[in-house]
Amino acid sequence: MKKILTFLLCLTLLFSFSGCSYYSYQYFDLDLKGKYTKDLAGTSLTVYNWGEYISDGSYDMLNVNAEFEKLTGIKVNYLTFESNETMYSQIKSGGVSYDIIIPSDYMIERLIKEKELLEIDTAKISNYSLIEEKYKNVFFDPKNKYSVPYSVGMVGIIYNTAQVGNDIDHSWGVLWDKKYKDMTLNFNNPRDAFMTAQMYLGQDLNSTNKKDWDKAADLLKKGKNNLQSYVMDEVYGKMETGEAAIAPYYAGDYLTMYEVNEDLAFFYPQEGTNIFIDSICIPRSCKNYDAALMYINFLLEPQIATANAEYIGYASPNTAVINNPDYYYYKNEILYPDEKDIPKVQYYHDIADEIRMHYEMLWCDVKLY
Amino acid sequence: MKTLSRLYIGLILFFLYAPVLVMIVFSFNSSSSVWVFEGFSTEWYTGLLSDDVMITALGHTLIIAALSAVISTVLGTAAAVGIMAIRNKFAKKAIMGTTNIPMMNADIVTGISLMLLFIFIGKLIGLSESLGFVTVLIAHITFNLPYVILSVMPKLKQTDANLHEAALDLGCTPVKAFFKVILPSISTGIVTGLIMSFTLSLDDFVISYFTCGHYQTLPIIIYNMTKKSVTPDTYALSTIIFIVIFALLILYNMLSSKNESKALKRRV
Repeated sequence: MKKILTFLLCLTLLFSFSGCSYYSYQYFDLDLKGKYTKDLAGTSLTVYNWGEYISDGSYDMLNVNAEFEKLTGIKVNYLTFESNETMYSQIKSGGVSYDIIIPSDYMIERLIKEKELLEIDTAKISNYSLIEEKYKNVFFDPKNKYSVPYSVGMVGIIYNTAQVGNDIDHSWGVLWDKKYKDMTLNFNNPRDAFMTAQMYLGQDLNSTNKKDWDKAADLLKKGKNNLQSYVMDEVYGKMETGEAAIAPYYAGDYLTMYEVNEDLAFFYPQEGTNIFIDSICIPRSCKNYDAALMYINFLLEPQIATANAEYIGYASPNTAVINNPDYYYYKNEILYPDEKDIPKVQYYHDIADEIRMHYEMLWCDVKLY
Repeated sequence: MKTLSRLYIGLILFFLYAPVLVMIVFSFNSSSSVWVFEGFSTEWYTGLLSDDVMITALGHTLIIAALSAVISTVLGTAAAVGIMAIRNKFAKKAIMGTTNIPMMNADIVTGISLMLLFIFIGKLIGLSESLGFVTVLIAHITFNLPYVILSVMPKLKQTDANLHEAALDLGCTPVKAFFKVILPSISTGIVTGLIMSFTLSLDDFVISYFTCGHYQTLPIIIYNMTKKSVTPDTYALSTIIFIVIFALLILYNMLSSKNESKALKRRV
């Protein structure tokens, strides 16, 4: 019994250490009281978002959901998913209802097509005007009826200057350049891996011509001379430790890796790249529509959006964040490149089943090659 | 020969515990990197306390594990006693077989079929929200049951069948006879079943994934972090869970060895 007591005491001791926090942003008091009413207090709101995609109070940062609860009295039931496809299958199963979901562009296109989303009354969202114009009227929601942009990002190439030097071709071609034998990584999912080859070939990412995909697959096979492995999450470790020297990945994630290894650098390839937008939507199963609108408006509040953008590390579509000098990534050249440095971008569109099956088959082929 | 066997044991222990040790070490890393150790710090432990999402999920996991373990232990023990009492050998074997199938069945099949069943019944009785706390609890009880039966059954077989009758002869009611005579002699089996179902439920991912709806448990939350990288506070949490379970097991072993020595003394 004594031993257990000692153990418990040790555990409490452990917790009482107040380690200094990793981030040290200071937040002024939220002053939003006048803007939100407690009319809906006592109701609840179910939010379905990507994992680690909201400032949740860890490391002394703002706890967005707790603040919302304090302000409005609405209970937030916060749930997470790890891919658009998981989210889609949950929505389609019909066994669960959500009030807010945050999928990516091509998935929103599909959900709109299948009439799974409710229209969002942007007139009732006073902060909607803060959204940057270029993220409005995008292909998946041309009239801004169903979605409000939350977070955006582009893919680029991360490289280790200690291994390949500063003098590197700003092109997707580095993945095929003989100089970098056994030094590169690539995405371990078909859509993103094919994207790297398609971009180099100058193709349309959403090509409906099977021959385009065949050509891209051939190129990926050739790239295996340079390739160490296909990775997703493992990219952090491999790049941070210098095990691999070149990898295509998201700009925001590069910034996280840079905090650990300052030899890492980043560029957007001259051929152009893929861009994604994750937007807030209200699914058909929504039970608390007014609270959902209130929550969307809350997410767009300058302080809240800044906290989220800092936590996530991706670019924000919110002008109040971009123009906030206290924002950690204020004028960051990677997340917010100058007008002249912005690469040509292509979105993923919802792709026909026939094409998807074709490239998935090719992908198996590439991986076994 | 002895060194060889020691080496062998050492290797086994190494492979069993090296991953856990690495995780524990990195939970004290001062950088956010999960690969480069940059110095000692407890920031992930303190950070964990303010991580609402993770703490809520931990709560869900513990509640489900505790409830499903207790309920399935009660149900499973009753079932085992019932199965033992069946005279017809063929029927007995058939029933044992059917209770064992869910154990052999692939988790993903169990998960999907349970989800379909729950949604179907939910629609039938007009629920808009069929998946949630109740369904994930039912699912966990379902996959725990065979393990409880399997751990209680051998103990029941070991108990002398005449004991129960003797107790009845000496004036016990059947219920009293069960609680006074049978239960004590199968208690170790019951406790094993309880611990087994608790741990099984604690780390189940696949079945919970399909049946949880809004009631997301810890393994699901951790899996959902994989879009970005898994944060070290996950390691901190896993370390705490590991140590708590370790302590519980030591406690359990200490108690049972005490009981055994007591029992021995009594017999002597």
